[in-house]
Amino acid sequence: MPELNELSVRQAVDALRSGEISSLDLTRACLARIDRLEPEVHAFLTRTSDLALRQAEAADRQLAAHRAGRDESPLPPLLGLPLAVKDVLALEGVRCTCGSKILENFIPPYTATSVERLLKAGVVVVGKTNTDEFAMGSSTENSAYGPTHNPWNLDHVPGGSSGGSAAAVASRMVPAAVGSDTGGSVRQPASYCGVTGLKPTYGRVSRYGLVAYGSSLDAVGAFARSAEDVALLFEIIAGHDRRDATSMDVAVPKIQLTPDPSLAGIRIGVPKEYFIAGIQPEVEAGVRRAIAQLEALGASVHEVSLPYTEYALPVYYLIAPAEASANLARYDGVRFGLREPAAQILDQYKRTRGAGFGPEVKRRIMLGTYALSAGYYDAYYGQAQKVRTLIKRDFEQAFTQVDAIATPVAPTTAFRIGEHGDDPLAMYLEDVFTLPTNLAGVPGLAFPVGFDEHGLPVGMQLMGAHFHEEILFRLAHAYQQVTDWHQRIPIL
Amino acid sequence: MKLTLEEVQHIAELARLELTPEEEELYQQQLSAILEYAARLQQLDTTGIAPTASVLPPHSVLRVDEVKPGLTTDAALRNAPQVEQSQFRVPPVLE
Repeated sequence: MPELNELSVRQAVDALRSGEISSLDLTRACLARIDRLEPEVHAFLTRTSDLALRQAEAADRQLAAHRAGRDESPLPPLLGLPLAVKDVLALEGVRCTCGSKILENFIPPYTATSVERLLKAGVVVVGKTNTDEFAMGSSTENSAYGPTHNPWNLDHVPGGSSGGSAAAVASRMVPAAVGSDTGGSVRQPASYCGVTGLKPTYGRVSRYGLVAYGSSLDAVGAFARSAEDVALLFEIIAGHDRRDATSMDVAVPKIQLTPDPSLAGIRIGVPKEYFIAGIQPEVEAGVRRAIAQLEALGASVHEVSLPYTEYALPVYYLIAPAEASANLARYDGVRFGLREPAAQILDQYKRTRGAGFGPEVKRRIMLGTYALSAGYYDAYYGQAQKVRTLIKRDFEQAFTQVDAIATPVAPTTAFRIGEHGDDPLAMYLEDVFTLPTNLAGVPGLAFPVGFDEHGLPVGMQLMGAHFHEEILFRLAHAYQQVTDWHQRIPIL
Repeated sequence: MKLTLEEVQHIAELARLELTPEEEELYQQQLSAILEYAARLQQLDTTGIAPTASVLPPHSVLRVDEVKPGLTTDAALRNAPQVEQSQFRVPPVLE
């Protein structure tokens, strides 16, 4: 058996049920791994070791009672499984900073629905993971508490904004983690860190308790080291929630994955707009090789076109900041968070926000405020919303021809910390292949398909039609049955 | 699309953000570059295209109008920077 902290979700859950391992031992192994690596990786903003140990003990009691026949109720599906939570999801009583100084001491009085469902499923929470401030960024360098480092090369970024969650899973600190994805913030760090990450369909997972960034784009997603493991988390967090008006009442399928990797009858589309000049050759080669492997398993491959792809970036960087400028108006130093006192309330607002927000958050608030301001609304925000319709239609059209679309996750592998310095536009270009799914609301799954010559992971993205996450899991699972990229462990 | 310094100051005022002179200058350059990039959207003819505010099918969400327990006053005030008589205390709003 591998080291306890290296167990997959499936292996851990099975071993806990059979009594082969205890949740306390598993949790202690994860906490010890975090203790050892955290000074180098910095995946966490808040650690909840005491809470985790208490939850693990409770899980062990329940498992023991069940095995002894004293408890006949069905066991919660993830009972005793250690998990990390991105620090933009509320957990009652545990500090939630969103990677921002403005929420440095904020203790949420309630728990996010996605986290609540995972707790009900029996997970053990080991901590809150690092993120770009308010999930705005592609590298975790925008965290007010310092960047997370990529476990494959500590001089490189882990991607972002859910970089802490991705790095924690990749470095075997935890078998799984949750994150959020507004423009690629689960898929891009999953790709950079060589793990599997899902952005579900918009409306599939409740946003209640997810600190709002771009409300028409925000999705709660999950990380683990295989598609099978991510599917186990997905089944728990997905589903209707009356506390989120955008949560859809659509049945969540039990994801059926078999060891048989045959993909006969599945149609995969490859859009030429995602294989553009400037893409790192090893990324393109890795993704094309993976597509050929899916074809070898029986899938048919078809060229498709998503002609408005090139407009996704400017559309996103008007719509997301516009929504952010409205959502972040609540940080005014009145009801919670930082307050920088002044004699007049207007000055207090300005001082509080000027001192509490970091550079990228201010930049996006400014951009969004401009795009929504009188005289510019039609030309910027209004036009962006219309082009969003065209991007959405691209996908609707493509999914009449194919079941899934395969692309790179990002144009490059993980870049060096500091590489994009003061050039926000260069940083935004990292999101060019992940933004369209958020604009269209469709699901996307990222998973490793190789490494570049420097040993950094290359990722592939599969996109599906609304509420068709299952086909993405089936394809990635089949791929992971015949490859072992997802089982590689960074040397730390 | 080059923003003037006055425009940057106006946006910061609307956004209730206190910026240093250095920040104003930096955002003047960076926002100008981003808006210039975004200007490519204006080349597209979107006549007759409806805007997308949400990707979900239009639907209304209704609930029964019933009394349910919410946050207690204590819980709601626990994160407040300043509290007085079970209320959020703020400096004067009007002169």
